[in-house]
Amino acid sequence: MPKLKIDEVEIEVAPGTSILQAAEEIGIEIPRFCYHDRLSVPANCRMCLVEVTPGPPKPQASCALACAEGMEVKTNSDMIKKARKGVMEMLLINHPLDCPICDQGGECDLQDQAMAYGFDRSRYHENKRAVPNKEIGPLIKTIMTRCIQCTRCVRFGEEIAGMTELGLLHRGEDVEIDTLIEKSITTELSGNMIDICPVGALTSKPYAFKARSWELTKTETVDVHDAVGSNIRVDSRGGEVLRVLPRLHEEINEEWIHDKTRFAYDGLGRSRLDRPWVRDEDTKKLREASWEEAFTVIASKLKEAKPENVAALAGDLCDLESMVALKDLMNGFGVEDLECRIDGAQFDASERCGYLFNSGIAGIEDADAILLVGTNPRWEAALVNARIRKKWRRDGIPVAVIGEQVDLTYPYEYLGNDTKALEDLIKKYAKKVKAKKPMVIVGMGAFQNNNGFAIHEMLYKACKDMGWVSDEWNGFNVLHNAASRVGALDIGFYSQDGFDLSKKSFVYLLGADDFSMSQVAKKAFVVYQGHHGDAGAHRADILPGAAYTEKNALYVNTEGRVQNGRRAVHPPGEAREDWKILRALSGYCAKPLSYDTQHDLRMRIVDEWEFLGDLDVLPKAEWKAFGEKGKITKTVFKNPIENFYMTNSISRASVTMQKCTESFFNQASFAEAAE
Amino acid sequence: MLNDQDRIFTNLYGWEPFNLKDAKKRGDWDKTASLIKKGREWIIDEMKKSGLRGRGGAGFPTGLKWSFMPDHTKTGKPHYLVINADESEPGTCKDRDIMRNDPHKLLEGALLAGFAMGAHAAYIYIRGEFFNESSALVQAINEAYDAGLLGKNAAKSGWDFDIYLHRGAGAYICGEETALLNSLEGRKGQPRNKPPFPAMAGLYSCPTTVNNVETIAVTPTILRRGGDWFAGLGRDEKNTGTKLFCISGHVNNPCNVEEVMGIPLKELIEKHAGGVRGGWDNLKAIIPGGSSTPLLPKDICDTVLMDFDSLREAQSGLGTAGVIVMDQSTDVVYAIARLSYFYMHESCGQCTPCREGTGWLYRVMQRMVKGNATVDEIDMLLDVSKEIEGHTICAHGDASAWPIQGLIRHFRPEMEARILEYRKAAA
Repeated sequence: MPKLKIDEVEIEVAPGTSILQAAEEIGIEIPRFCYHDRLSVPANCRMCLVEVTPGPPKPQASCALACAEGMEVKTNSDMIKKARKGVMEMLLINHPLDCPICDQGGECDLQDQAMAYGFDRSRYHENKRAVPNKEIGPLIKTIMTRCIQCTRCVRFGEEIAGMTELGLLHRGEDVEIDTLIEKSITTELSGNMIDICPVGALTSKPYAFKARSWELTKTETVDVHDAVGSNIRVDSRGGEVLRVLPRLHEEINEEWIHDKTRFAYDGLGRSRLDRPWVRDEDTKKLREASWEEAFTVIASKLKEAKPENVAALAGDLCDLESMVALKDLMNGFGVEDLECRIDGAQFDASERCGYLFNSGIAGIEDADAILLVGTNPRWEAALVNARIRKKWRRDGIPVAVIGEQVDLTYPYEYLGNDTKALEDLIKKYAKKVKAKKPMVIVGMGAFQNNNGFAIHEMLYKACKDMGWVSDEWNGFNVLHNAASRVGALDIGFYSQDGFDLSKKSFVYLLGADDFSMSQVAKKAFVVYQGHHGDAGAHRADILPGAAYTEKNALYVNTEGRVQNGRRAVHPPGEAREDWKILRALSGYCAKPLSYDTQHDLRMRIVDEWEFLGDLDVLPKAEWKAFGEKGKITKTVFKNPIENFYMTNSISRASVTMQKCTESFFNQASFAEAAE
Repeated sequence: MLNDQDRIFTNLYGWEPFNLKDAKKRGDWDKTASLIKKGREWIIDEMKKSGLRGRGGAGFPTGLKWSFMPDHTKTGKPHYLVINADESEPGTCKDRDIMRNDPHKLLEGALLAGFAMGAHAAYIYIRGEFFNESSALVQAINEAYDAGLLGKNAAKSGWDFDIYLHRGAGAYICGEETALLNSLEGRKGQPRNKPPFPAMAGLYSCPTTVNNVETIAVTPTILRRGGDWFAGLGRDEKNTGTKLFCISGHVNNPCNVEEVMGIPLKELIEKHAGGVRGGWDNLKAIIPGGSSTPLLPKDICDTVLMDFDSLREAQSGLGTAGVIVMDQSTDVVYAIARLSYFYMHESCGQCTPCREGTGWLYRVMQRMVKGNATVDEIDMLLDVSKEIEGHTICAHGDASAWPIQGLIRHFRPEMEARILEYRKAAA
């Protein structure tokens, strides 16, 4: 543990700590551009220079210099002040003076540090360098003249995203960040390059010229585009969501989010349901209606229907409160056929340990071997994949895959794509696994077939045989891909034995779009409560609900962690928060729910499911048997997501996601023009 | 004045063939095994005793540098000797003649140095433009392998040693030791941040020592004749031995010559290069150590001695001892502006002060050539060069700043006169 003095303050740090990190620990700010805590250290911006004794009589880059016993560091001597001023001047001589029209203005490292460490006028009277802009796809806008060549984006691509798509080309004054041959940045984490760019060289294309950062209302909430529950900040102005940025959560998303989370927000303003609609008895067409009329129709139909002919489905984006309210409403009518697994996944949800990501996302960093079954984490949970890559990069752990063979950005051993490969593996390696903390990550691809329960049981047995689970370590992980799923399973919004949807005469869809509507009987009365005019809405009477940015609500992520989502804007038109709609409907049905406020509703949830009261805590589910023993017919695992950019009603409505789909998935299609 | 019997590079001018047979006649590869049998410590001690300082420009004591290598029996990693033959400094051409005419000195030196630092392999990184030199080296390496002087049990010393030749692609910055290592590994030739120094983590993150060609080539003779012999030559105990000087520019007989360290500059030029064109009084300035060292005006050249410390006292440096002589016909501002262009062009672009600053310097210098500037801008130029110097990852920033600092130090009146002249003409 080296002891050193920084600006006369003594500090003892862990070996290997850089001077910059040590200074940060005691609250001394050292300016920097190229240094980023999660990337390698090139020490090329030269902004973090400090004076170190003993050492050469010139300033040293504090980001790359490890603390050593007895060092004396000065971060504010005259020599250093002059050096910083010099570096700042050098950075600015070729940087355009376009801050007033730059999207980074107001949240720009260069701007801020020029204020703090720079000089108020330029001595450079030559012409400034201009660099051609690059076309790197529908998400990132480039203004390369602003680039200060810190190479953060290059290192992010190489190290975190695992796709070497950008590089520092040429040399000297002519260096440019480029893709060499013009191409799009295809990594699903590309938006993070915008965040880490310290200047306005890489900015968000959809957000270009939309707002100044200081005009925006910032709301801290959580993401629903996958089951990871990334922490995000929603920036809005005047009822419109203008951008989505990541928030730091070391145990979930670190400081990254994927492109769907970041860019699908424009879908929130398109195809929205903003008033109730009722299907006309005569014309069979939807017509505008009042809330009262809609509720009256639904209440009468619900009262008419026999309980065994009623079913309710919860979609992928539902919050916990609305599902509890719907469950209570349905149970009041004696309806038991509820289901949240609309993707057709079959597994035993009776034990919590059987459907959680038990190791935790941060637990990946403790694992020493990983097996992926029926999942493509890159698309189903991009940040889980980034975490696996991080672990692989640091410790080179072995990874194996059973399922579709896809590029995961790290090498893996491919064992096959079907149930047989899984059985063989368990037979071959049972009790031979040497890893102390092995992890198996099972995706929905493994359960979306008729053997789901048996596969679930086989995995339970394998946990014992393969040593995946011990007293200190639970290596059994289910990777969900819907934000609502774990919460719904927790509150019992599922039916263990399943039911036949085609026999139901009344179906209540709570934001359920992602299943085949042909399963619903033609004569059935369908209610769709949700926020987008997607598949479900076309088939139903419609009640407009609120999207995730428009309600205060709880979500449970794939780890079983309960998180609080907050309202950034109000729902459009007459749309209301979902649990309120259900509460109002219950009144029309003459079976009013017992809660009038969200607080009461949350108390009702905590009363029955105490564990849902712990916010942002990684739960420890008790290890119990799950699954049902059965014969497994050989089945090929198929990953649930085909197009990463369009997986739910919000992303399907998004123009940006449409452009991504065109750029990254339908490239082969031939564009034709009119004669 | 160096006596003929103290000359190390006896075939510097290629008067005899470079091949192994003739090299052996000149004393190369003579009982190399017996030198190795004396052991690692003995070799490093002799090198320390000799006072040899690195010939690549920085002048770091060679014996000390070798002693920084960790014990190869304990590191568990291969050790490497890397020989820097990327001789690109304008005005310097000494390594070129060594490789062309005396390559076996280099190869034998590599074996001895490699053994001393526990390396079983040496890489020679040769400048891509040196085609004939690399051909000669390849031939010499093949001869040495055929004669059992390299490879398994090299020269019957019991030490396995291989030498690989790698040709660069013509980037000046790849002569910087860590950029050279990056280039050798197949990466972009950009200098690495130090520490870690190559002795800890160099080529492929293994302990590595990078030495100049001349440093390695003088090693066998030093070991054979003893460190004390080498230390006995030269000016004082810190500036010892012989050195190759490359004299170019406005002299009657440009040449490479081996001389003792600390020879007076004037004597060096008059004796070996046939004097300055038009006589010593026609001299304007001399760049004493390759283009990156600050130039010296005539009055300093009259008396200055050619060694590390004397030149440092004169606020210049011995560098690679590439002496560039400029007579009165020279436009010295233009000459330095041209060097500025070179340093701008060769900057790797990695770190800020060098990437941005070298271009700034060049553009101001271009105006200075015409006089299209203000007198204040001379001070600004000096200030900008100080902002680059010492703030960069490698010494390229310093190298781009020093020539301009030297110019302003010694020729400021000329620059000012030019500015006034331009103003007069413009008015």
